Amino acid sequence: MLLLDLSVPGRQGYALPKLDVEETPIEELIPETYLRKSELGLPELTEPEVVRYFTQLSRKNHGVDVGFYPLGSCTMKYNPRVNENIAAMPGFSRIHPRQPENTVQGALQLMYELDRYLAEIAGLAKTSLQPAAGAHGELTGLLIIKAYHEFNGEAEQRREIIIPDSAHGTNPASAQMAGFIAREISSDPRGGVDVEALRAMVGPQTAGLMLTNPNTLGLFDENIETIAKIIHDAGGLLYYDGANANAILGIVRPGDTGFDIVHFNLHKTFSTPHGGGGPGSGPIVVSNKLVDFLPDPIVEYTDGRYHLARPKHSIGPVKAFYGNFGVMVKAYAYIRHLGAEGLRAVSENAVLNANYVLNQLKQDYHLPYDRLCMHEFVLSGKWQKELGVSTLDIAKRLLDYGVHAPTIYFPLIVEEAIMVEPTETESKATLDAFIEAMQNIAEEVRTNPERIKSAPCQTPVKRLDETKAARSPVLTRKL
Amino acid sequence: MPYIPNTPEEQQQMLKSLGMSKLAELFADIPDHLQLKRPLDLPEPLAEHQLLRYMGQLAEKNVNLDRCISFLGAGAYDHIVPAVVSHIINRGEFLTAYTPYQAEVSQGVLQSIFEFQTLIANLTNMEAANASMYDGATALAEAALMSCNVTNRRKVAAAANLDPRWLEILQVYLESQNIELINIAYDPVTGLVDLEAVEPKLGAELACMIVSQPSFFGSVDDVDRVAQWIKSYQGLLVMAVDPISLGILKAPGEYGADIVVGDAGCLGNPISFGGPSVGFFAVTGMKLIRRMPGRIVGQTTDRDGNIGYVLTLQAREQHIRREKATSNICTNQALNALTATIYLALLGPQGIKQVAYQCLQKTAYLRRKLEAAGFKLRFNAPVFKEFVIQADWDWEEINQRLLEHGYLGGFPLKLADPNLSDCTLIAVTEARTKAEMDRFVDLLRGWR
Repeated sequence: MLLLDLSVPGRQGYALPKLDVEETPIEELIPETYLRKSELGLPELTEPEVVRYFTQLSRKNHGVDVGFYPLGSCTMKYNPRVNENIAAMPGFSRIHPRQPENTVQGALQLMYELDRYLAEIAGLAKTSLQPAAGAHGELTGLLIIKAYHEFNGEAEQRREIIIPDSAHGTNPASAQMAGFIAREISSDPRGGVDVEALRAMVGPQTAGLMLTNPNTLGLFDENIETIAKIIHDAGGLLYYDGANANAILGIVRPGDTGFDIVHFNLHKTFSTPHGGGGPGSGPIVVSNKLVDFLPDPIVEYTDGRYHLARPKHSIGPVKAFYGNFGVMVKAYAYIRHLGAEGLRAVSENAVLNANYVLNQLKQDYHLPYDRLCMHEFVLSGKWQKELGVSTLDIAKRLLDYGVHAPTIYFPLIVEEAIMVEPTETESKATLDAFIEAMQNIAEEVRTNPERIKSAPCQTPVKRLDETKAARSPVLTRKL
Repeated sequence: MPYIPNTPEEQQQMLKSLGMSKLAELFADIPDHLQLKRPLDLPEPLAEHQLLRYMGQLAEKNVNLDRCISFLGAGAYDHIVPAVVSHIINRGEFLTAYTPYQAEVSQGVLQSIFEFQTLIANLTNMEAANASMYDGATALAEAALMSCNVTNRRKVAAAANLDPRWLEILQVYLESQNIELINIAYDPVTGLVDLEAVEPKLGAELACMIVSQPSFFGSVDDVDRVAQWIKSYQGLLVMAVDPISLGILKAPGEYGADIVVGDAGCLGNPISFGGPSVGFFAVTGMKLIRRMPGRIVGQTTDRDGNIGYVLTLQAREQHIRREKATSNICTNQALNALTATIYLALLGPQGIKQVAYQCLQKTAYLRRKLEAAGFKLRFNAPVFKEFVIQADWDWEEINQRLLEHGYLGGFPLKLADPNLSDCTLIAVTEARTKAEMDRFVDLLRGWR
């Protein structure tokens, strides 16, 4: 049943205050031909019905609050509730973006300080908080790379962005949107960038490199300094995809390893809730030589007051107003609550948990890169595939154990990939239960594969037909 | 450490299972000289109780809309938010989930997105909508890029009476792909798009014509003439609309719009210093549906024939198509889209009509009163919930004076358009009362 199926004419779930001004006949205000003739097509329900409808819906959904959620590259950690209280304070949630600056000094101070904290964590100079998500941060960073080369009179020649074959799909998509040509670089046998191939690929056409480190295999690229040198010597810039920053807080700073631009996902590393797919926040931090190209506006502090400013050679704005401020408030509170010691403990425990699980699972699942991992690791379901059970089947069977499946079929360079990111907020008992579930499934593949192929059976719906959905799309409920 | 369950003993057990004795050994793959040898330079941690006090003090440094009466709009508005909305969206199952990759345990999020798509499509009178965009401005930029892809044309026309900030963002997005943005001037008397100002030979080169309804100045236009004009050149009509206005104003689908975008922050979301908000993106026709950016949810059935929902048409998206994707967007504004969905479900058709009607009537009331008080209306076209007044004043200074009386004045247009330096943009929502408006007019009249 959908909202419109429950609709009863005449019902309403919210009553507005009575109109208290003298009314003017509508046709005197708006010409009749500009008025709406069609139905609005909205449901008619009372408040209790709306509450019950959405509460019932929520019960059909897995979240971090419900159970383990080891979705690789997504950092599904616990979302501290105090941060929700803070973001809801009227002094943050009820301020208008175009208020005079002297009436929003607290908000600007928060943004300025968050900028400083992120710069310290990244080991770089200055932050733009404007991008709304990681992919938006990537686009913004690439536009800065472009503006930098343009400033140096090299934009025409520097058209290529080099991206590893293990990269997130957003990297090449962002490069394309920014008007670059994406060039794929292969990985070496240890899972890092193939340095010799990189040497052969760079040249006067190179605009930059996008790299995740630790990469999407969960592995730290030990050659990062060499990679940075190759790119810088060729005249390019290094972009750090911060999706995996949960492994590095207070451990290693991207700026210290040669990166020029970093984006963070506040909704991953800094604990703000993922909300079913947003709102996120994807601030970027840049080195000194790129500060003048940042989006408009940035926050500055001079003569005892905070104010908004347009950088000298700004690429312009990439989003209305200043970014997802409500998300920034939560990330700021998280950093203030944890401090340096707490953030380091986050990464230490995230990496410990990942290695602990990896070590227990490598007997039952193929491990393509058998070395220390960082905050996540990638298994392959190829042994199971040989027995006729796919990674998709394994993922669906995990749902029956009350666990959200890991990220699957990514990165693309691992056959039947299963990418597991436990995070630091899970207990050893939860990890042990997950390990046992994965071991049981591996056993089931050998003894009862049909059971897995028909999974899930404990979920609100059984396995859904995605092919049918795409072949004859039903995207709305029609009146 | 309240968020990290591992005890020192458990850490030791786990390290031991890895043949290690110290946490530092976990980071052996990071060259030693690259590791940070000092603590991060961050403020000392605050316990939750201290944190709440500190953050409360920081919040108090801002003048919030509960402590003043706002006539400020220009892209963000003080609309009424029903109390129940936050209770629903704060349910952990919604709040702490991510993009619904595993459909069987994500039916709550998937079905709510399907509801969002349905209600947005119905409200705009279009065939389909996506799962959401970052905000109205970026949705518009994506609409322009999509128009170019669909039509194979490399020029985009936009009415100069759009939000100037949106125009700037549009320029940033288009410039990166070497697409030319042409601003179509507005008529200085009406504030409406001046089609006469367009070079006729340009028409056939345009991927789309973008119009804002209402315009940045609050004015309402006869979009029919714009629709006919751009369609005569086989370009697309892209409309940026205020979803609240659709309770009264003719729907984009009724004008034959091809792509409709807008900002749905005004539907139940806290104003939150301008973000997070949520953009929407609606189209008509399967050809355009298959070129949309972002997530789309579709209805299907499970193994037993029960109805369920999944992410669909994913062959457009970055995780499959990489550099050939229709956009790079993945994480969008799902929780804000859910908020908008709950808001629309609560208000219903009568409620949305009433909100729109009250905005319209209260705006008309204040406009009339200000005109009677001797202020000049800058444009003479009909308006919905905003309008421009003109006076030989520094409106930023007037706003400071208004603040002393508990009022947040309009948006001084000198900050956006040098031609309108003696003008301010006033917004009136359903949240304003007659008494608030009367006092506002009295104050301004007194300073003349």
